[in-house]
Amino acid sequence: MALEPETVRRIARLARIRISEDELPRLLGELNGILGWIEQLQEVNVDGVEPLTGGADMALRLRDDVVTDGGIPEEVLVNAPDRAGAFYAVPKVVE
Amino acid sequence: MFSLTLAETAAALRKRQFSASELTETYLAAVEALNPRLNAFITPTPELAREQAAAADRALAAGEAGPLAGIPLGIKDLFCTKGVRTTAASRILAPFVPPYESTVTEHLRRDGAVFLGKTNLDEFAMGSSNITSAFGPVTNPWTRPSDAAPLVPGGSSGGSAAAVAARLALGATATDTGGSIRQPASFCGVAGIKPTYGRCSRWGIVAFASSLDQAGPLARTVEDCALLLNSMAGFDPKDSTSADRQVPDFAAASRRGVKGLRIGVPREYQSDGMPPEIAALWQQGLSWLREAGATLHDVSLPHTKYGLATYYIVAPAEASANLARYDGVRFGARVEGEDLDSMYENTRGAGFGAEVKRRVLIGTYVLSAGYYDAYYLRAQKVRALILRDFLDVFRDVDALLTPTAPSAAFAQGERMDDPVKMYLNDVFTVPANMAGIPGLSVPAGLDARGLPLGLQVLGKPFDEETVLAVGAAVEKAAGFAALPSLRAGEARP
Repeated sequence: MALEPETVRRIARLARIRISEDELPRLLGELNGILGWIEQLQEVNVDGVEPLTGGADMALRLRDDVVTDGGIPEEVLVNAPDRAGAFYAVPKVVE
Repeated sequence: MFSLTLAETAAALRKRQFSASELTETYLAAVEALNPRLNAFITPTPELAREQAAAADRALAAGEAGPLAGIPLGIKDLFCTKGVRTTAASRILAPFVPPYESTVTEHLRRDGAVFLGKTNLDEFAMGSSNITSAFGPVTNPWTRPSDAAPLVPGGSSGGSAAAVAARLALGATATDTGGSIRQPASFCGVAGIKPTYGRCSRWGIVAFASSLDQAGPLARTVEDCALLLNSMAGFDPKDSTSADRQVPDFAAASRRGVKGLRIGVPREYQSDGMPPEIAALWQQGLSWLREAGATLHDVSLPHTKYGLATYYIVAPAEASANLARYDGVRFGARVEGEDLDSMYENTRGAGFGAEVKRRVLIGTYVLSAGYYDAYYLRAQKVRALILRDFLDVFRDVDALLTPTAPSAAFAQGERMDDPVKMYLNDVFTVPANMAGIPGLSVPAGLDARGLPLGLQVLGKPFDEETVLAVGAAVEKAAGFAALPSLRAGEARP
C-alpha cells in the first residue's frame, strides 16, 4: 500500500516537521520504498505470540517516592532560552 | 607510546615509565594534527583532559589510582558530559551544554579516565556511515591502496571507531541500537562490544530507541574492551531498565580460552549474495575456534531475515516518541514562527537532517491511528520470535560466530541514493539488538583491497564473559596487525 502525498503531509503535521513541497516527491519515494520493504513482516505467522516490548523481557522496577535531587536552580536554568528570576521563561505553549 | 594497548599503557603508567600528563599531551597533539583530516571529534576537550591527567598523576603518585587512571579516551557525543557541549551530531542540540554527567561517563571519571573530546556520529545515532552528522562526515583512516577515495568509518559510532583506529585515543565510548558499535568496529579494524541490554546504564545518553539502545566500548583489543566495560557497566537506579547484577571481571574472562565451548554456526547468515572473501573469513574464524578446542554446531535462527524489517518499525517508532522533546521550547535550537505550531514545525524542519526526518515520519506513521496493530504490534511479536530463536539455540550452544557486516568500508557517496540499501549494512548486527543479547566484533582479516573485516560473536543474555573469551580466541588466532594508512606516529612528547 503506497502512501499518497496527502498522507505524507498529514504525518509531517503530526510529527510537527515542516516539509516543503519541493522535498515532498523525493520523501514520498523514500518512505514508500521503506514501507514497501517492511511489508515482508505480513508473511510471518504471529498467531498466539505475545509482543516483546522491552530489550530483555524484564519487568520495570518501582523506586521509592522520595526526593533524591534538587536545590540546583542555576544548573537547571543553564539551558533555559530565557529566564525570569529563578524561573524558566518559554513561549506560551497552551493556547 | 602510540603502539601500546590500553592494558599496556595502564601498566606503564603504574611503573611511571611516563606520566599521565605526558601521555595526554601526546594524544592531544595527535588529535590536533589528524582531526582536521578525519573529523573524528566534534568537540576536543584539551583543558578537561589536562585537568584529568593531572589528577591521575596525583592519584598514581599517592598509590590511589583507579583502574583507568590517565587513560585517554574519546566520548561519543551522545553521552551527556557536565559542562561540555553535547550535540548528538544534530543542529537542534548544537547549543546544548548538559548540567549533568551520564552514568557511564561518570563511571569512567571515577576510575580515572581522561576525556580527549566528544566524538562524531550519525545524527542521533541514526546511520551506518557517519554521513548524517550535522558536523560533517568522518573519514575512515583506512584507504584502499588502489585509489585515494575517502571511505566511510561505518556508523553510527564512526568518530569513536576512527579515533581508536587512527590512534587518536586508546579507547572510546559508543552506543549500539542496530549495530552502531560493531559495524564501525569492523569497518575500522578495531574491537567493540555491545553488552546485554541493561548492562550499562542509559541514563544521560541521548535516547534514540530506548528498548534497543545500549552503550559499550571500542578499543584496539578485546582485552582493552573488557577493561573499559568493567568500568562502564553496573547497576544504576536512575535507569529503570538497568540490570541489578554484579559486574564480573570481564578482563579475566577474555583470557579464559574456548576449550570445550560449543560454537553455533547459524545457517540463515549464509546467503548467496555474501562476498566470497567474507564467507572465507567466516570459515577461517570457525577453523581457528576448532583448533583452539571449541566444537562447531550447525544451528538455525529461522526469523533472522525479518530482523531488519522489524528494526525499521520498532526503532523509528521509539525515535519518533523520544525526539518529540526537541520542540524548540525549553532547550536546544529554536526557529520562530507565526504561531506555536509553526514554531514547532520550523524548529524541527530546520533542526533535523534528512535521515532523522525520514525515521521520525516512518515512526509517526506506524504508530498512527489505524496502523498501530498492522505495523508496531506485529513487529513486537516478530521481535518475540527473534528472541525465542536465540534462546532456543543457546540451550545447545554457548556462543555464535558470524560475519559482522556484509561488506568492508565503502566510499563516501556510495549507497547514499537509497535508504533501504544503506539499512542492509546492519543485517547481521540488528538481531542482537532485537533480542537484547551481547555481541562483539573483532578484526579478523583484510579483504582483497586491503580493508579490515570483522567477525561477530553473539552470546547468551548477561554472558559477555563467554563472548569476550571467544572474541579473544579469534583475535589471537587472526593476529591482526595491519594498520590504517592515516594514524598517529611514534613521536615522543
